[in-house]
Amino acid sequence: MQTMLNVSRRRFLQSGAAAAGGLVLGFHLPAGGRLAGAAEGEAAINAWLRIAPDDTVTVTVAHSEMGQGVYTSLPMLVAEELEVDWTKVRAEFAPADQVYRNRLFGIQATGGSTSIRSSFDHLRQAGATAREMLRRAAAEGWGVPVEACRAQAGRVVHEASGRAAGYGALAGAAAKLEPPAEVPLKKPGDWSLIGTAAARLDVPAKVDGSAGFGIDVKLPGMLTATVLASPVFGGRLKSVDETPALAVKGVRAVVPLERAVAVVAEGYWPALKGLEALAPVWDEGPHAAMSDVTIRAELSAALKQDGAVAHNEGDATAALAGADRRLEAAYEVPYLAHATMEPMNATARVTDTGVEIWAPTQGQGPIQHAVAGLLGLAPEQVKVHTTFLGGGFGRRFETDFVVQAVLVSKAVGAPVKLVWSREEDMRQDFYRPAAMARLRAGLNAAGEPVAWHVRLAAPSIMSRALPDYVKDGIDPSSVEGAADSPYAIANQRIEYAMRHFGVPVGFWRSVGNSQNAFFVESFLDELAHAAGRDPFAFRRALLADKPRHRRVLETAAEAAGWGRTAPEGRFRGIALHESFGSIAAEVAEISVAKGRGIKLHRMTCAIDCGRTINPDTVVAQMESGIVYGLTAALFGRITIAAGRVQEGNFDSYPMLDLAQMPEVEVRIVESGAALGGVGEPGTPPAAPALTNALFAATGMRIRSLPLSRHGFSAV
Amino acid sequence: MAVNLKVNGTERRIEVGPETPLLWVLRDTLGLTGTKFGCGIAACGACTVHVDGAAIRSCVTPVEAVAGAEVTTIEGLSSDRGHPVQKAWIAEQVPQCGYCQSGMIMAAAALLSDTPRPSDAQIDEAMTNICRCGTYVRVRRAIHRAARA
Repeated sequence: MQTMLNVSRRRFLQSGAAAAGGLVLGFHLPAGGRLAGAAEGEAAINAWLRIAPDDTVTVTVAHSEMGQGVYTSLPMLVAEELEVDWTKVRAEFAPADQVYRNRLFGIQATGGSTSIRSSFDHLRQAGATAREMLRRAAAEGWGVPVEACRAQAGRVVHEASGRAAGYGALAGAAAKLEPPAEVPLKKPGDWSLIGTAAARLDVPAKVDGSAGFGIDVKLPGMLTATVLASPVFGGRLKSVDETPALAVKGVRAVVPLERAVAVVAEGYWPALKGLEALAPVWDEGPHAAMSDVTIRAELSAALKQDGAVAHNEGDATAALAGADRRLEAAYEVPYLAHATMEPMNATARVTDTGVEIWAPTQGQGPIQHAVAGLLGLAPEQVKVHTTFLGGGFGRRFETDFVVQAVLVSKAVGAPVKLVWSREEDMRQDFYRPAAMARLRAGLNAAGEPVAWHVRLAAPSIMSRALPDYVKDGIDPSSVEGAADSPYAIANQRIEYAMRHFGVPVGFWRSVGNSQNAFFVESFLDELAHAAGRDPFAFRRALLADKPRHRRVLETAAEAAGWGRTAPEGRFRGIALHESFGSIAAEVAEISVAKGRGIKLHRMTCAIDCGRTINPDTVVAQMESGIVYGLTAALFGRITIAAGRVQEGNFDSYPMLDLAQMPEVEVRIVESGAALGGVGEPGTPPAAPALTNALFAATGMRIRSLPLSRHGFSAV
Repeated sequence: MAVNLKVNGTERRIEVGPETPLLWVLRDTLGLTGTKFGCGIAACGACTVHVDGAAIRSCVTPVEAVAGAEVTTIEGLSSDRGHPVQKAWIAEQVPQCGYCQSGMIMAAAALLSDTPRPSDAQIDEAMTNICRCGTYVRVRRAIHRAARA
């Protein structure tokens, strides 16, 4: 994903759009010239903020809020430059519009831990521009020089005359002014809001049930639908007898789709009962015999051949042959579902004149394109309202559930909220790819690694999602976190064997890093033990020319008490991983009870994301990423048999719960380097930190996940 | 068939199939969407509400089973986010995506009403709700904070 971002950034810059100052700042208001939620008397200063007569500032949030905190951290960027009290700031989601595109992607979408990075400059500029316009409006009103007017805490003050006015009183006049071409931005040392733990703007609505998620949308005349797609991937609906569903009270219609059947009713429950009454006949297509056995066999065979070269440095083959000691190991991870707490859903209103969509989505731009293609419209004719997302993790980057809602609404001629059951959500995901790796390394007589050869075999996400990014057999998202190792090993070769199966694959929190960190950091641990070295010291020695990585590793180790005796019966494991521009290290401290019950005592994490916008959000995202990674490492496994997913709900795809949750301590390392992301980097090190601790505790080297397959549980 | 319920202090007469889960009566019939659908099998707790003061999972509770009972949802916990659990949740900045939080809060409120000063072990036992964002460490802290309030 990192590579993809770099590529798309390059393309974006080449397109010249970045040079058009007005556009970048977003001074063109979206169609209609009025922000969606603007009330009478409110003045929109630019596309990013409007000010009410009571001095309340409403900031438009172009990214999706799925828990990662952008509904708060993005307005902080505006408010910092605007000079306004945080208590006066509100947020609201942007309508779909090119003004609100992700500057790293070129279209409006949230992913790749890019929200802050892609917004940092233009949102601060939007706030600073508005501040200058407010100052100028005050100065002109008072007939005094603008230089003598100071903006402070939501007011403009002219000290010489003692005059002052609130932003609310000035906003109307300010909005009529021509925006200045250039505005000075504060120096980091002058920030008073950025870097503070400002209270989340979405928390009040999330403790009283009023936060509006996609599943909560209600429109006049709206019907509710639920859907069953072919349980076998790639299958098609052959026929369905609609009668049994129509006999269920409250059911209004059965809508056959190409690969699925939907039941439309007065509410979710009758829709579900209607769907359960159906016995659709499927053409199961080419994947009906697919299973974990066939998939593993093909991945395993791929590891025996040369793959496409993703990274080559020195001569790994020769260095391996000449090494004093050689190690080799095979690693493996399964498919994983996202399992967002809010099942997939979307609401669509298709009329003769257009289409309107309400959705918990990470991909407003992709929705516009997908739906426009479906209905023969221009993308900007597809109106998208973004709700809060009950989790995203990459799943809501896809548009499949929105397309279904549009088709069903069109078929029944009414607004339709389409809600998936949990089972549908788990069985019709775009999964984290199953992957296998063969790793080989050579140590010299001093126990230092001199050769490193990784061969990866996995399905490719980009081949489907963004095929332009696949070059010479390399999907950058499949090799990220393996092809770009920070460790100084003179001879390295990383190869990738792309294999396609019928199981849809997609972006899952941290994408390729999620499996590659497990492969790399586990095998490195094997090398350290083989060399008789402490795993922390072994890594540290390989980071001599990587001061940021080294500091993160040292910070985590120090905070975890690495090198000091752990409490009786407890053992530690360490892992380091860079992803999405940030570096994270984690130390797991565990004990193992009889019967293979793992007690997770403590996770210690250090993160260098360059600069911190909101430290509490960074901490929360590390806590979150760690739980996501630990859950997958312990329990996560989607199994395929007869072309379909076997798991269906949380009873068969379990989640870490509160009783099993370790303490988490997070240390933020402020390096001042370029901004990195925080939504994903906490996830990759969690699995190897845990399995490395398990090795320390038991001597068992876990080379395939999840741990439940090896008889371990969490206690 | 009609079922009589008292929801957040208001008497309601609901015309609905008696086997309809309370969750869908609350969400689709009464428009109380703060209570969430997560799994439909009582595994995740997103649908937790109080029935006569006890936390139950409304996605598997037929509405007829609670006829005549007092149902409290997140909307009825307080009128101003003033319940000690809500205040603690704000102070600890617990929610991330927020989808599971109504259920978490209702489970925590029921726990504290039965056990005003719960131990960690009692919290472990009572709080079996699933959160995919991993807010667990803050949920625990917030329950302890609410207990001290």
